[in-house]
Amino acid sequence: MKVLVGIKRVLDPQVKARVKADKSGIDLTNAKMTMNPFCENAVEEAIRLRESGAIEEVVALSIGAAKSEETLRNALALGADRAILVLTEEVLEPLALAKVIKAIVEKETPDLVLVGKQAIDDECNQTGQMLSALLDWPQATFASKLELVDGAAQVTREVDAGIEVINVNMPAVISADLRLNEPRYASLPNVMKAKRKPLDKIELADLGLDTANRLTTLEVMEPPARAAGMIVETVSELVDKLRNEAKVI
Amino acid sequence: MSILVIAEHDNVNLVAATLHTVTAAQQIGGEIDLLIAGHSCEAATQVASQIMGINRVLVANDASLEGLLAENMANLVVTLAQDYTHVLCAATTFGKNFMPRAAALLDVSQISEISEVISADTFVRPVYAGNALAKIQSRDSIKLITVRITKFDAATAIGGSAPIETVSASPDSGLSRFIGLSSSKTERVELTSAAIVISGGRGMQNGENFQMLESVADKLGAAVGASRAAVDAGFVPNDYQVGQTGKVIAPDLYIAVGLSGAIQHLAGMKDSKTIVAINKDSEAPIFQVADYGLVADLFEAVPALDEALSD
Repeated sequence: MKVLVGIKRVLDPQVKARVKADKSGIDLTNAKMTMNPFCENAVEEAIRLRESGAIEEVVALSIGAAKSEETLRNALALGADRAILVLTEEVLEPLALAKVIKAIVEKETPDLVLVGKQAIDDECNQTGQMLSALLDWPQATFASKLELVDGAAQVTREVDAGIEVINVNMPAVISADLRLNEPRYASLPNVMKAKRKPLDKIELADLGLDTANRLTTLEVMEPPARAAGMIVETVSELVDKLRNEAKVI
Repeated sequence: MSILVIAEHDNVNLVAATLHTVTAAQQIGGEIDLLIAGHSCEAATQVASQIMGINRVLVANDASLEGLLAENMANLVVTLAQDYTHVLCAATTFGKNFMPRAAALLDVSQISEISEVISADTFVRPVYAGNALAKIQSRDSIKLITVRITKFDAATAIGGSAPIETVSASPDSGLSRFIGLSSSKTERVELTSAAIVISGGRGMQNGENFQMLESVADKLGAAVGASRAAVDAGFVPNDYQVGQTGKVIAPDLYIAVGLSGAIQHLAGMKDSKTIVAINKDSEAPIFQVADYGLVADLFEAVPALDEALSD
């Protein structure tokens, strides 16, 4: 069995996003980039499935500019067996990403696709769901536990109301939530080894897909700033402020 | 314009998010139909028909909708969507699950978590954990939209009398099965609809200490929340989590206790009207968004707060 893991390169979550002066987007010039945290969980889960013997091969996939190779090399260092990079300078919407991943799925025929539940940059939370729709596969989003039993996947999902359990046929698309696992760090020998692991590059145009965006970003703005607050010295002062100034209790 | 709002409900009552989504639909303008999909959801249908400003309530009541599996929900939405210019659902784990699936089947882009309606095709949505707001225009003929409910007031829940019409559910896809839902239900007011929320972080040290927050919450009629660190440490269940990856809330009063205020936590609560931070580390980032900060040991401050509220 084979798992395909989708990976996105994003602005490091520890770095504060800065809006460009011309309001055209976020300034990523020289910014520290990293693997999207939810994608780290997806990679970790795929590697654990291979380590447990449930699957044989982990293929990492990313779609983006040439620098995404760095993020894929990181996935290889963590334990993915090989990687595929679909090259494009365009920033694709989730629908277009799902079409690209579908094309790769048709070539690779994995038994499972693991993705992060959302990217922390555009926060769309769509690609996994859209991919499973296009493939007519079942989906299990926001997974916090995954077990493969008798050709199906039993998935525990974190939902607003609590914890939900569903059982999906395979092949399936599963999107990882943060509590699915605790991602490992890559050891230095594995980082060195990753440099020699196979990484195929495909030009987006060669896939012959309609990946035109349907949405136009008119502008990107700074959110309104909160007015500065004050430090109170005691609990009774706090209660007084809440009662008589903010009038919220 | 004609808008379909997909209601979230527990078969008996509507989840509050539904009323906020109706308001977003009203701001787009046009006739609004409300869909109640589920199994044994008759009672929720009656509640829905009383919302002000609804044209029709559509009901799909079928065994295939037990557990509201994404595959069956998406197929249902696709069959209905052709009659509408917009399809809206709250950006809760319910809406986030099936809406993108329906969008892909319709070959349209979804617009996720809108925070403002500019016009029928232009919306604002937060990105980068709320550190930026993007103004987006859609060219799709049917617009599938999820709504950040904290940014829209609740529509009036009573006074309407919309006619109820039955629609057929799609056959079960057979791709997935609902096994069960376990919820950490308490008698307390729900986190996403509470006017006051008191949340604890890693500084609470363990789950038992959350009883201090429960006691304060009882006096204020508040809900209890937590940071991701507190949930990861196993102090409280996942449905307590407030943040970019948990619940996004905007109560009138948010009291943050023993939590540092990581970016992803701030993304879930910084639209609260009044924010109080109680933390012994005066450098904690939570103080930067707090209206009232108290630099103190929470194990002294919280019992003192509890006592002060008893007076």
